Amino acid sequence: MPPARKVIDMATKASRSAARIMMAPAVVLLLGWMLVPLTMTVWFSFRTYLPLRGGDQGFAGFQNYARFLTSSAFWPSVYTTLLIVGGVLVITVCLGVLLAILLDQPIWGQGVVRILVIAPFFVMPTVSALVWKNMFMDPVNGLFAHLFKFFGAQPVVWLTDAALPSIILIVSWQWLPFATLILLTAIQSLDSEQLEAAEMDGAPALKRFWFIALPHLGRAITVVILIQTIFLLSIFAEIFVTTQGAFDTRTLTYLIFQRITDSQNIGLGSAGGVYAIILANIVAVFLMRIVGKNLDA
Amino acid sequence: MARAISPQRKFLTTGAAWAVGLLIFFPILWTILTSFKTEAQAIASPPIFLNFDWTLENYAVVQERSNYVRFLMNSIIIAGGSTLLGVIIAVPAAWSMAFVPSKRTKDILLWMLSTKMLPAVGVLYPMYLIFIKLGLLDTRTGLVVVLMLINLPIIIWMLYTYFKEIPGEILEAARMDGANLRSEILYVLTPMAIPGIASTMLLNFILAWNEAFWTLNLTAAQAAPLTAFIASYSSPEGLFYAKLSAASTMAIAPILILGWFSQKQLVRGLTFGAVK
Amino acid sequence: MSFKRSLLNTAVGIGFAAGLASVTAAETITIATVNNGDMIRMQGYTNQFTAETGIDVEWVTLEENVLRQRVTTDITTKGGQFDIMTIGMYETPIWGAQGWLVPLDDLSAEYDVADILPAMAGGLSYEGTLYAAPFYGESSMIMYRTDLMEAAGLEMPDAPTWEYIGQAARAMTDRDNEIYGICLRGKAGWGENMAFLTATSNAFGARWFDEEWNAQFDSEAWANTLNFYVDLLNEAGPPGASNNGFNENLSLFQQGKCGMWIDATVAASFVTNPNDSAVADKVGFALAPDNGLGPRSNWLWAWALAIPAGTNNEAEAKQFIEWATGKAYIELVAANEGWANVPPGARTSLYENPNYQAVPFAKMTLDSILSANPLNPTVDPVPYVGVQFAAIPEFSGIATEVGQEFSAALAGQQTVEAALAKAQAITTDAMEAAGY
Repeated sequence: MPPARKVIDMATKASRSAARIMMAPAVVLLLGWMLVPLTMTVWFSFRTYLPLRGGDQGFAGFQNYARFLTSSAFWPSVYTTLLIVGGVLVITVCLGVLLAILLDQPIWGQGVVRILVIAPFFVMPTVSALVWKNMFMDPVNGLFAHLFKFFGAQPVVWLTDAALPSIILIVSWQWLPFATLILLTAIQSLDSEQLEAAEMDGAPALKRFWFIALPHLGRAITVVILIQTIFLLSIFAEIFVTTQGAFDTRTLTYLIFQRITDSQNIGLGSAGGVYAIILANIVAVFLMRIVGKNLDA
Repeated sequence: MARAISPQRKFLTTGAAWAVGLLIFFPILWTILTSFKTEAQAIASPPIFLNFDWTLENYAVVQERSNYVRFLMNSIIIAGGSTLLGVIIAVPAAWSMAFVPSKRTKDILLWMLSTKMLPAVGVLYPMYLIFIKLGLLDTRTGLVVVLMLINLPIIIWMLYTYFKEIPGEILEAARMDGANLRSEILYVLTPMAIPGIASTMLLNFILAWNEAFWTLNLTAAQAAPLTAFIASYSSPEGLFYAKLSAASTMAIAPILILGWFSQKQLVRGLTFGAVK
Repeated sequence: MSFKRSLLNTAVGIGFAAGLASVTAAETITIATVNNGDMIRMQGYTNQFTAETGIDVEWVTLEENVLRQRVTTDITTKGGQFDIMTIGMYETPIWGAQGWLVPLDDLSAEYDVADILPAMAGGLSYEGTLYAAPFYGESSMIMYRTDLMEAAGLEMPDAPTWEYIGQAARAMTDRDNEIYGICLRGKAGWGENMAFLTATSNAFGARWFDEEWNAQFDSEAWANTLNFYVDLLNEAGPPGASNNGFNENLSLFQQGKCGMWIDATVAASFVTNPNDSAVADKVGFALAPDNGLGPRSNWLWAWALAIPAGTNNEAEAKQFIEWATGKAYIELVAANEGWANVPPGARTSLYENPNYQAVPFAKMTLDSILSANPLNPTVDPVPYVGVQFAAIPEFSGIATEVGQEFSAALAGQQTVEAALAKAQAITTDAMEAAGY
C-alpha cells in the first residue's frame, strides 16, 4: 500500500483547518448522539422513576445501582452476554476460515455458491429468529423434530433444553456470511507464490495453513471480531422472539429491557444501562488494544 | 492461480462447496417454499419438499391484512434516506481523516466506533421523550436521523479505509498542478472513491433495513417499515407457518434481490477495505 | 441498476418525508391492537365503519408482547401516537387511576352500557367509572376431545376436580401417536404461564400476597400447585411444554394432538371451526377444575378498547368504540360468519339471544365468566384485585420473572423448591424496590 502519511508533510495549514471543518459535522453529531441520551440515562439512574406510579419520585442516590448489582439476575446476565458474544465469535471465525478456504478453491459455479452463502446476512433478525424458532426448532412441527423422528430419536426441545446454544446457532447463522466474506477476501490476497514455494518444499497442507495462511488472516480476523462484537453486544430481537430471556438466555441488554418495560422502573433500568455502558467500554478497551496493534495501517 | 488442479479434486471441492452453500441457504429456501403451501401442507408429517399444490393464497391473506406497499415504501425511504444522509456527512470526515491525519485521528475513529456499543434499550425512554418534544414520533424523518446516527461510525470507518488506499502520489501530482481543495476532492478523489462509497452505501442500506429496535419503537402507523410489518405475524394464530413464511418472504425479498444484483459491490463493502 | 434507482427514490422520499410526516388527516384515527383472530376479523370490517362515518382508520397490529411494550411506553410518556389502544383488565384500572384514559361515561343510549356483563364492566372500571369497552371477554375452561375421552372409557363431568383431570390426562396420553393428555401454558410471561398458574393456585388455596403485601411463594399451597402442574405436564403434556403459550397450544389442539386443553374460552370458537381445526366436531367443554376449596381455576380477562387522554380525536375514537363493541357489530359478524364467530363474553344480550344459545360453547363460557370473582379470588383474604393477576403496577414485571423460574422448573432445569425460593426472593425484592 502506498504510504498515505506522506501527504501529511504536504498538508498546508489551510487544508488542516479545512479538514477540521469537514470533520466537525460528524463529530458534533456523534457527540450529541452519545451525550444527550447518556446524560438523560445517568440522570434517570439517580431518580426513583416509576411511570406507573406517577413518574419521578425524587432523588434515589445510588440505590438503583446497588439494587441492580445485587439482584440475583445481574451476574448471570453478564455471563450470558459474554457466552453469546464469545460463542458466536468462535463459531463464525472458525467456520468462516474453513468456508473461506473452501470457496477459494477453484470450483464450478463459484458465483452462485457465494450468493447462497451470503444470503443469511440479508435476513432481518426478527425474521430469522421466527423462522428458526417455528419452522426448525419447534419440538412438534419443526424440521429438526422431523429429522430426529426419522432417525428414531426423541426430538430435542431446542429452545428449552438447549436454549443458549440454539440462540448462538441462530445468531451465528446470521453472521457467518459476514465473517466468511472478509476472510475470503483476505485469503484471495494471499501471495500464491509463497504458498506454492512451500508446497514444493513438501510442507503438508496443515502446516502451510498454520504457518502461512493463518498469520496472514490475523488482521481480517481482527476486523471480524471488532465489528461483530459491536453488533453482538446488543442483540435483542433473537432473544425477544425466541425465549424472552427464559432458560438462562437473559443477556444484560435483555435484563435492562425487562426492568424498563416489564417492571416499568426507569431508574433501575437506567442504572443497568450505565452498567451496560461500562461493560461495553471494558470490552471496547480490550478490543481496541488488539485492534490498535493489528489495525495499524 | 497457476496451480494445476486435478479434475477429481475440483469435482470434490465443488461438491463440498455446493453442499455447504445449500445448507446455509436452506432456511431461506424452506421459508420461500413454505410460503406457497397451504397451512395443512406446511405442517405435514413427513414434511413435503416440492411435491405440493403451489398456492398464492397466503400472500393474498397477508396483503389483505396489512398494506404491504406502504411498509415497503417506508423501509426504502428510511433505509435509503439514512444511508444517503450518512454518506453526505461521512465523506468529508473520512476524507480529512485519511488525507490530513493528526495524532488523534485514530482515537477519534475508535471513539466513534465505541458509540455503537451503547445499549439501545437503556436509552429507549430518553429517546422517546426527546422524540415527543421534537414531534418526530412516527415520522420517517425521525427514523432517518436515528438510523443515520447509528450507522455513521461504520460508514466513516469504511470510507476511511477506502480513502486510505487511494495513492497519495496522485494527490501530490494534483496539488503540483495547482488544484485547490475543492477540485482535488471533486475531480481527483471522487472518481476513485465511487466504488468504495457504493459498497459502503449498500452495506449500510442493509443494516438500516434490518434494524428492528428503533424502527419498531418509534413508529406507529405512518412511518412503520417492514420490521413492524413482521411484528404482527410474530406469534402463532393457530396454523400459521405458511402465512408466517409469506410475510417473512415479503419482508426479506426486496433486500435479498438488491443484495444479489449488487453482489460484487457488496462483497467489496464487506471487506472493509482493510484486509487487502 | 436497481441500486441507483432506489437512491433516486430515496432522495424523493426524504423530500416527502419532511412534508408528509407531520400531516395527519383530520378524520383519521390510529388504533393499536393485538393480532388475535377476532381483532384481525374486525379489521376486515373497518371499511364499513368508514363508509358509515367517513372516519378513516389506521391499524397498528402487533404481537401481544410488542403491543404491550409499545402502548405502555406511549401512555407513560404521553406520546400521543394512538387514538385507541387495545388493553386488558390488568392495565385499565391502573391507567384509569392515573388519569391517562378518557372515561367512557357518556356513551350513547343505543350503545346500552348496562348491557355489558357486570363482571367485565367491573374489571374495566376504576372507582365505578368505565375506562375501556370490552371487545371480547373471556374466562378459562376445559376443552377436551370427546372421542379420546370415550376411547379411554371416561366421561367428563361439567365441573371436574383437578384429581380427575390428572387421571384423565394420563389415561388419554399416547406418546407414540403424538397424543398428549393435557396441554397447558408453560411459556414464561405474566399473561402466559403465570395467568394459568395464578388462577390454578387459587383453587389450591394459594395467594400471591398476604394482607400485608408479603410474598407467599414459601407457602405449602404454592408448592402443591407447582408440583401438581409440573408432574402433570411431564407425564401427560406435549414435548417442549415450557415454550407453549396460548397460540402454540391452540395450534397443537387444532392439529388433534391434545386430549384436553385448559385455556381461554375464546379458543372454543377456533377449535370448533372446521376451516382451522382438524378436530372441530370432537370437542367438548367443561368448567375449569377445582379442589373442593371454593375457587375454581378459571380466570377473567377482557381485551378492551380505551382512549388515551389528550388525543385530538376523542369524539371519533368514541364513535369507533361504540361501533366495534356495540350490538350492531355482533350482528354484522353473525350475519357474515355465523353466530359461533362473534366476539364473545362482553354483552348480556348476546347470551340471551336464542341464536347464540344454540352455539355449543355459549353456556359453558357464560358459566365460566360468572364463576370468576376478581374481588375475592382466593381462599385466604388478599389485598389485591384480580383473579390471575394482582392489579398493581409492579405485577407484570414480577410475574414475568417468576414465570421464567417456573418455566425453568417445568423444563426440569431446576427443582420446584428452587423455583419457589427464587420466586419468593424476586417478589420480595421487587416489592421492596416499589416501596411496599
